[in-house]
Amino acid sequence: MNPFNYARASDVNEALALYQPGSRFIAGGTNLLDLMKENVARPQQLIDITRLPLHEITQQPNDRVRVGALVSNADLAHDPLIQARYPLLSQAILAGASPQLRNMATTGGNLLQRTRCYYFYDAGVPCNKREPGTGCPARTGLNRIHAIFGASDQCVATHPSDMCVALAALGATVEVQGKQGTRVIEFADFHRLPGDQPERDNHLADDELIIAIELPAEGFAPHSHYLKVRDRASYAFALVSVAAALKLEGGVITEARLALGGVAHKPWRNTTVEAALVGQPVSHETFTAAAQALVKDAQPLAGNAFKVKLAKRAVVRALDEAALGGARS
Amino acid sequence: MSALSPSAGVECYASHSINITLNGQPRSLDVLPWTTLLDLLRERLDLVGSKKGCDHGQCGACTVLVNGKRVNACLTLAVMCDGASLTTVEGLANGDTLHPLQAAFIKHDAFQCGYCTPGQLCSAAGLLKEGRVNSADDIREQMSGNLCRCGAYGNILAAIEEVIQAPGEGNA
Repeated sequence: MNPFNYARASDVNEALALYQPGSRFIAGGTNLLDLMKENVARPQQLIDITRLPLHEITQQPNDRVRVGALVSNADLAHDPLIQARYPLLSQAILAGASPQLRNMATTGGNLLQRTRCYYFYDAGVPCNKREPGTGCPARTGLNRIHAIFGASDQCVATHPSDMCVALAALGATVEVQGKQGTRVIEFADFHRLPGDQPERDNHLADDELIIAIELPAEGFAPHSHYLKVRDRASYAFALVSVAAALKLEGGVITEARLALGGVAHKPWRNTTVEAALVGQPVSHETFTAAAQALVKDAQPLAGNAFKVKLAKRAVVRALDEAALGGARS
Repeated sequence: MSALSPSAGVECYASHSINITLNGQPRSLDVLPWTTLLDLLRERLDLVGSKKGCDHGQCGACTVLVNGKRVNACLTLAVMCDGASLTTVEGLANGDTLHPLQAAFIKHDAFQCGYCTPGQLCSAAGLLKEGRVNSADDIREQMSGNLCRCGAYGNILAAIEEVIQAPGEGNA
């Protein structure tokens, strides 16, 4: 780790005032410290935001639920209100990391974790995300874990979060604050595709802080499911994951949400496929057609063509489980 | 704060005073910002029970309890622990009386080389406090953050299961 200065803030305004170029905010630190040990991140100052008053989960008057940015992943997953109204979110969080890491990692930090692309993590090789303009060894190298959707010539990395896949399906919003004030970002617009700026994972400015996540009133509790497929049964990143959520009336789909993890630079949602599910009966044929439509845009690399078939099957199974009431089982 | 110079740096970096309760004892320490909790425990306080396996939060050998919750000490900055209560494997026993988990690990031979054991014990102690175990599979899943290269998982599971089923412990 490089030497750095440390400052502790007690409220949001103090944290924002302490920020200067080269600073990073730190809360759980589970990804940031790891990146610092690998020499991928070299902040000059860490601003400790763990004492900021952003630890509450509160039900809003409009039935939305506000989750403070510093609520730990464990506390969020096990919160009775979240388990009752947003089981998809609990399920996704508990599919990720380990109990230790979930105790440390925060809601805001989960959104900001960086790709686990081997080349990004290895400071001894080129990487456009780590050092813009140096190249992307993953495109022609080992790319079994990389993107099949939305990648660019410059970057084929995937976003590693499980929680964010559920938040994308639920249509959460992200409240951020900077020196200019606060703004609200739709979850679908928070993360970005790599394009020709792969060094940017999302639309948060360096000197802005995530304050809270807001969950819409509709949590799809009766019919949602998070399916994660990975190389071992626990404590591994997704090769493919699917967050599926349905509203049903008499066996007919009236609303559908589908987001995929492990396949793109951001949680991958296809609203055309979601819309096409509406009005269809719950059936294997319906779900297979949706999965087929979803993967038709896939652009696999040499090492990850298996993800296309895997994604298709995972979508069908996740929708099946959601229709059966999977998150409650 | 006091000013310290890093070995070859031109800039000066401040150390910070922290107050912690470590295995029941209050301690006041000066730490540099980049000192991890694991390095503080092992290199300065001679508490070498907590192990540095991977140093990246992947193996769990460094697991300790911070304010009763299990965390990876290798991914925790010591300076951020100011005001916290810490329990390491050295603080699990009550004097000469082993923690029930320690006794169960011995009874079930829940180790081979022993390197992962302090982390397994602290992690299991955290798991007991969390109280979310209803089956052996729950234990397997909730202990997934602790790797054992010797493959003593079967006996580790048996040891934890026995403690959870004992009266007054756990919820299973």
